[in-house]
Amino acid sequence: MDSQSIATTPEELDRSVLPHAHEHPAFLRHHFEDVGQQREAASFGMWVFLLTEVMFFGGLFCAYLIFRNWYHPAFVAGSNTLDITLGTTNTAVLICSSFTMAMAVYSAEIRRRGQLILFLVLTIVLGSAFLGIKAVEYHQKYVDHHIPGLDFSIQEFVHPSNPKAIPLAPDMAEKTQLYFFLYFAMTGMHALHMIIGIALLFIMVARASKGAYTEGHVIPVENFGLYWHFVDIVWIFLFPLLYLISRYR
Amino acid sequence: MTEKTQETHQDAEVHVVKPPVYLAIFLALLALTALTTGISFIDLGVFNAVIALAIACFKASLVVLFFMHLHYSSRLLKLTVAAGIFTFLLLISLTMTDYISRAWGMF
Repeated sequence: MDSQSIATTPEELDRSVLPHAHEHPAFLRHHFEDVGQQREAASFGMWVFLLTEVMFFGGLFCAYLIFRNWYHPAFVAGSNTLDITLGTTNTAVLICSSFTMAMAVYSAEIRRRGQLILFLVLTIVLGSAFLGIKAVEYHQKYVDHHIPGLDFSIQEFVHPSNPKAIPLAPDMAEKTQLYFFLYFAMTGMHALHMIIGIALLFIMVARASKGAYTEGHVIPVENFGLYWHFVDIVWIFLFPLLYLISRYR
Repeated sequence: MTEKTQETHQDAEVHVVKPPVYLAIFLALLALTALTTGISFIDLGVFNAVIALAIACFKASLVVLFFMHLHYSSRLLKLTVAAGIFTFLLLISLTMTDYISRAWGMF
């Protein structure tokens, strides 16, 4: 996010307060007039990046929408093999992590280093918990032979064990592979974003412990917060689409 | 620095969102998650999908406006996000128009 002219140590910050040709904090780049303008430009850039991410995930959502309408019985059957309890728990975990991330941004703004590190670490813990639960779900799919292309079995859809489920004809049951393909593509891309986010959080904790971000330069934390909340929003849409809208009653 | 630019930057003055706001949004998001899961067990026909997506859009709006501070941001940022979402909806609508009007019987 930021590579140059960031004051990461108190010494550098002290030096930055000393007058040179013109006075400004060390983190203010020379092509910006003031800190406010720099912050506005950074937020603008981050939002533009996030909008490209909207388009990226949007393509997947669009594919899901079209195929769900084409092969509706297969998508209903596929959706009902997901564990709604784990899905709901994961949604709650992710919302908690968004809250701790928002609090981390607040801690950086009020310049409390310990509190910032605490909330960043909590975000790492909750993000990892999400991935852990996701791994349990993926493993269940592996056990059930519901991973497309990997010894996939339509048995459960042709002869369902759930009494509420409607048995599918073999050709429609084959289409459940498409549901699981989209399920793994969408939750997998989402999980990849979480993994990248957690890696960045580790870097931020390391830098925060050296005094970065709590001396007025909150842009990196704030922009990371935008990214983390965006990943949360993707899940807010994935959860109802994959788990909720086709339940058997 | 001119007088004018200084004024524009005043508009972009950073608003520090306080923890009570975050807490309220956090609790609202959890409550809406419980609500959307609960509703999914009731049979409402096509409205299950409609309601689930409406709740998801509302939750996403809360996150964007408060966790992502867009409610407190400058008009430039608000317009940027609105333009992006508008473009996204446009692309989805055009794609769906094509699919609905070509693949007869599939919808």
